[in-house]
Amino acid sequence: MSVPEDLQYTRSHEWVRTDGDTATIGITEHAQEELGDVVFVELPDEGATIDAGESFGTVESVKAVSDLYAPVGGEVIEVNSSLEDAPEKINDDPYGEGWIVRLRTSEEADLLSPEEYEKVVEEES
Amino acid sequence: MAKEQLKHTPLYDEHKELGARLVDFAGYEMPVQYDGIKAEHEAVRNHAGLFDVSHMGEAVFRGTDAEAAVQRLVTRDVGRLDVGQAGYSAVCYEDGGTVDDVIVYRREDDFLIVINASNREKDVEHFQTNTEDLDVEVADQSDDWALLALQGPEAAGMLQDLTDTDLSGLKPFRFAEGEVEGVPALISRTGYTGEDGFEIYLSADGAPRVWRRLIEAGVTPAGLGARDTLRLEAGMCLYGNELDAETTPLEAGISFAVHLDKEQRFIGQRALLLEDTEGLRKKLVGFEMEGRGIARHGHHVTSGAEIVGEVTSGTKSPTLDRAIGLALVDPGVEDWFEIVIRDNPVPAKVVPLPFYKRDRG
Repeated sequence: MSVPEDLQYTRSHEWVRTDGDTATIGITEHAQEELGDVVFVELPDEGATIDAGESFGTVESVKAVSDLYAPVGGEVIEVNSSLEDAPEKINDDPYGEGWIVRLRTSEEADLLSPEEYEKVVEEES
Repeated sequence: MAKEQLKHTPLYDEHKELGARLVDFAGYEMPVQYDGIKAEHEAVRNHAGLFDVSHMGEAVFRGTDAEAAVQRLVTRDVGRLDVGQAGYSAVCYEDGGTVDDVIVYRREDDFLIVINASNREKDVEHFQTNTEDLDVEVADQSDDWALLALQGPEAAGMLQDLTDTDLSGLKPFRFAEGEVEGVPALISRTGYTGEDGFEIYLSADGAPRVWRRLIEAGVTPAGLGARDTLRLEAGMCLYGNELDAETTPLEAGISFAVHLDKEQRFIGQRALLLEDTEGLRKKLVGFEMEGRGIARHGHHVTSGAEIVGEVTSGTKSPTLDRAIGLALVDPGVEDWFEIVIRDNPVPAKVVPLPFYKRDRG
């Protein structure tokens, strides 16, 4: 299982890449594996404001629907609209082309380090 | 609450070895997928896939009144079945609601009825209590059998390599008793995928050998996830979704399995005749999503502000690459409605069933 060192994580299996006041968010390799083939992604509108912990969209596999929870609050500045036609990018490249949303945030987020996240996954399995 | 011990099929070790993802299904630990639902689905449509469906139940009817007992219990006229022929049928309550959907096999000396795993205990009890006055023994042989489903355009060729039974002579819904890989087998040309294929009933101890041999020959192992997307594309009912105690087989669109004119009375016949005369209370339709989103079991179907039905099954069709589904709706509903997905009404249009029909060349 891949858990990149340069990212932060949530207990609900999202990852966050922070760059200044921009936070890019996706779901982890473990999450996409658990879901199976992703066939549909419901994205928020650009410009929408979401709070930390709020559900901002869904990822659906053939069998399951999974809510996406915002690891940090902020304004949606970009969504990965290529996922509408190619949701399988979440399976193929969850930390790269499978990113889901980009927020502008001013919040300090309470996130997990890669080591802490690996423990969460271990505990669940 | 104590965790109930999940049962294993005779192929459990094979699934573990192949790295399957296992889930609880009707009390069994069953493979939902191996490499991925889409890949397994496509393998069945284009080549061949192998499913372990040993969780399915088998009830055997023996005795002088075996035929009379089966006639009373199922909606199909099994008097029209030849020995070596199988028929899809419903089992109903007096009020026409559905106990189960089953396959009846007419054998030389008895009838074999294959039932859904989730209904096993309920069915066997229904079979026994409703035939107490007859000279028949209903035996639950579910634990004695393993069941493999080998499905896809290449299924016949691959199975023929392992059996002396001439498969070219075995038409759809016909079966033969023979051997596969030296293991005694009942080979049935039936399935739940919309493809050509076979369901192979084997002794529990012989099944792993046959399974391994087919996997070695290049058949793709396929799980319950692909089984569900395949049957849905083929427009086939799943008990608990399209069929239940509140839904009659006529409403669920399987009237081809109901012989209303059957001379020997069957349980539910009066209610079904009445519904046939007076008109259906609801009807099953296939639909395609026009807007974005995937309909799922339990979503409401609306027309304007009015709720006109409920989604029974929905998925993204791997073959059509479109979101499809089945819904039970008011009989007056016509070509368009909305599906409420997470509070959002999304337009959908009614399409003819099945969604997918194989090219028979």
